[in-house]
Amino acid sequence: MSADTNSQRRILSILVANRSGVLSRVSGLISRRGFNIESLSVGPTEDATLSRITVIMVTSDTAFEQLTKQLHKLIDVHKIVDLTDENAIERELVLIKVNAPAEQRSEIIEIANIFRAKVVDVGKAALTIEVTGDEAKIKGIEDLLRGFGIKETIRTGVIAISRG
Amino acid sequence: MGKAGKTVQSDEAAGGQLMSGAQAIVAALEAEGVELIFGYPGGQALQIYDALYDSQQIRHILARHEQGAVHEADGYARASGRTGVVVVTSGPGATNTVTGIATAYMDSVPLVVICGQVSSSVIGTDAFQESDITGITMPIVKHSYLLQDVADLPRTLREAFYLANSGRPGPVLIDVPSDIAAAELHFTYPDEVNMPSYKPTLKGNPRQIRQAASMITDATRPLIYAGGGIIASGASPELAELAELIQAPVVTTLLGKGAYPASSPLNLGMFGMHGSKYANYAVSAADLVIAVGARFSDRDTGRLASFAREANVVHIDIDPAEIGKNRASEVPIVGDAKGILAALSEQLRKLAHTPRTADWLAQIAIWQADHPFYHPGLATPTGSIAPEGVLDRLSELLDPAASIVTTEVGQHQMWAAQHIQRELPRSFLTSGGLGTMGYGLPAAIGAKLACPDKLVLCVAGDGSLQMNSQEMATAAVSGADVKVLLLNNSALGMVHQWQQLFYDKRYSASLLEDNPNFVKLAEAYSWTAQRVTQPEDVEAALQWLLASEGPALLEVRIDCDEDVFPMLAPGSPLDAVIGAVNIGALDDMIDGKDWCEQDDRQASAWMLAHRAAAKEEAK
Ligand SMILES: Cc1ncc(C[n+]2csc(CCOP(=O)(O)OP(=O)(O)O)c2C)c(N)n1
Repeated sequence: MSADTNSQRRILSILVANRSGVLSRVSGLISRRGFNIESLSVGPTEDATLSRITVIMVTSDTAFEQLTKQLHKLIDVHKIVDLTDENAIERELVLIKVNAPAEQRSEIIEIANIFRAKVVDVGKAALTIEVTGDEAKIKGIEDLLRGFGIKETIRTGVIAISRG
Repeated sequence: MGKAGKTVQSDEAAGGQLMSGAQAIVAALEAEGVELIFGYPGGQALQIYDALYDSQQIRHILARHEQGAVHEADGYARASGRTGVVVVTSGPGATNTVTGIATAYMDSVPLVVICGQVSSSVIGTDAFQESDITGITMPIVKHSYLLQDVADLPRTLREAFYLANSGRPGPVLIDVPSDIAAAELHFTYPDEVNMPSYKPTLKGNPRQIRQAASMITDATRPLIYAGGGIIASGASPELAELAELIQAPVVTTLLGKGAYPASSPLNLGMFGMHGSKYANYAVSAADLVIAVGARFSDRDTGRLASFAREANVVHIDIDPAEIGKNRASEVPIVGDAKGILAALSEQLRKLAHTPRTADWLAQIAIWQADHPFYHPGLATPTGSIAPEGVLDRLSELLDPAASIVTTEVGQHQMWAAQHIQRELPRSFLTSGGLGTMGYGLPAAIGAKLACPDKLVLCVAGDGSLQMNSQEMATAAVSGADVKVLLLNNSALGMVHQWQQLFYDKRYSASLLEDNPNFVKLAEAYSWTAQRVTQPEDVEAALQWLLASEGPALLEVRIDCDEDVFPMLAPGSPLDAVIGAVNIGALDDMIDGKDWCEQDDRQASAWMLAHRAAAKEEAK
């Protein structure tokens, strides 16, 4: 049941009971059924008894439908929303530590400004940049910074919310 | 749905009677109406066992291995429909339950498994006999709980029983740290469960039911594919009503055996890998498959791509995840089979449906006449005892209304499924999904304790019997008067068969020439036992077995070259490899010891003609 034809990147937002072991049930089921998780993030919600798990993965339609049904069978899963359609707002926060000798700093800061990213730390030979955005934006800034030499990248994993 | 049988004395004013967690577990079991549990004690379960000592209501059966305890609870549950209950200790006690839990999970059997656990304060420290049984069993339970607060205990047990035996049934595990078992609470047992995230759909969608009815009206070659879900749902009467009404043949899965009476002329019995040729031909030629409580498992469908190629599929199941998992369906109906089948029949009556299946049934009758199962009588051509003949005779001797047959796993299991006729649900218990050797004997013990008035007989192989032979002690001590018919071929027969057919007779690790003396083994457990080696002695031996008092074993010596036929032929090399051989199409079966091409050609010719006719009609 792995990614086959008509595979597509998908965003799944799973509302679960805020209880110990739930993340392990959900992630265990996803890997057991043969799916690769690209990104996963968990956090509390407006309701203290519930948490939200956002999962990104690449699957076909049929495999995805089967996975959703299997997830629904977990007693701790309350609701599943497929946010794959362009209708969702998608964000990820990324910290990028990039080589920045003095003569290149201004150029890097300019790039950061264009992407509305922030310089959050300045070291002797490196800058750390915080950028928030969707997949395309993050890839964009990464591509531009790569030329300077990226030392380290840390990503939170994608979160997403429906519009309206 | 585990409605509280008895309610515990509760001191309302004080918010319930003060007791320990361990006592609360026993009180909750009593409130659920539990009368029989299976288990094995140990350090972290001592408090629960101490509380059990006082129970007037609950009888505890001491297994001789925790795997045995779980299969016993499973046999009890399958035979009775009630939830089976198991209590074990932490660490090795808990890990010994894993195969039993997985067996129950694969076959959707309601169990509540209560495990002692090390104290909360030392969880995660590799304490003595600590194992993360909640983590280990996560993929094989319907749900599990690791208790963290004694106050949650009554609600947890209530939920566990509700979950285990509602919707698609399954095992539920409760891990009880010893400090929680020791802590005190005011016990009141909740009447209601409140689980907003668990609401199984029971009632079928009326629009889908109407669609299914109209599809049935259009079909000329309909067929009902009945699985274990019929038995779980108690839907046998509704299934029979529908089959009669639409005059459709019924094929059953291994777990569906007994869901529909073998004596009905519409019953074609088991299909799939070792089903009959006629059942498989019927499935392959059907224009409508009505799947009820069945999951299109690879043992049923063979090569999926060619399964029932000409058929539309109506798929009725309580588990939405089964629908479309293996085979897409034209009309999916999620819900409880009983209500849906009744509604379907009602809708068809409203439409004044008159079946047009006479030609279809006539063709099937021809296949039935041409390709019966093998009924060799008691002797094979070489003079050894014929296993099929023994089981045919056993089937005649058993009263189908007053007997339960369990099986181990292997050739004997398939022969039993082919040759023992069953009329009623819950009368044929076998490990289908997991195929667990070692299931049959303990399951028979559980079934006998659930149904003391029935004759309970386990058909066993010499390999499987040795997987849980220690449970002979459980039978003897608990007074579970079970019978074992051991078909001893001094081999792991099913493995041997595959090696014979597909691995050039290289019998790697499949010969059991050094078997123990089974008669002496049984006698050591104070069973009575006999052995037969000659066909002419079989009749008297069977009579002896069925009339014997107390647990008894009959060892029947058979030849290790006896194979189970018919059998699905392997598919082309590119097809899905499931097990060690790639799976072929249902209508492509090995018949007997040589390939019976003639029969297959005739069947294919009929189907080709049909397909051509259908195409013409479509134009
Ligand atoms: C626990 C377990 N281990 C291994 C297998 C694989 N297996 C399937 S059938 C079989 C042989 C069973 O031998 P026996 O019980 O003697 O029955 P027979 O096939 O000879 O009738 C084996 C080893 C299994 N199903 N279960």
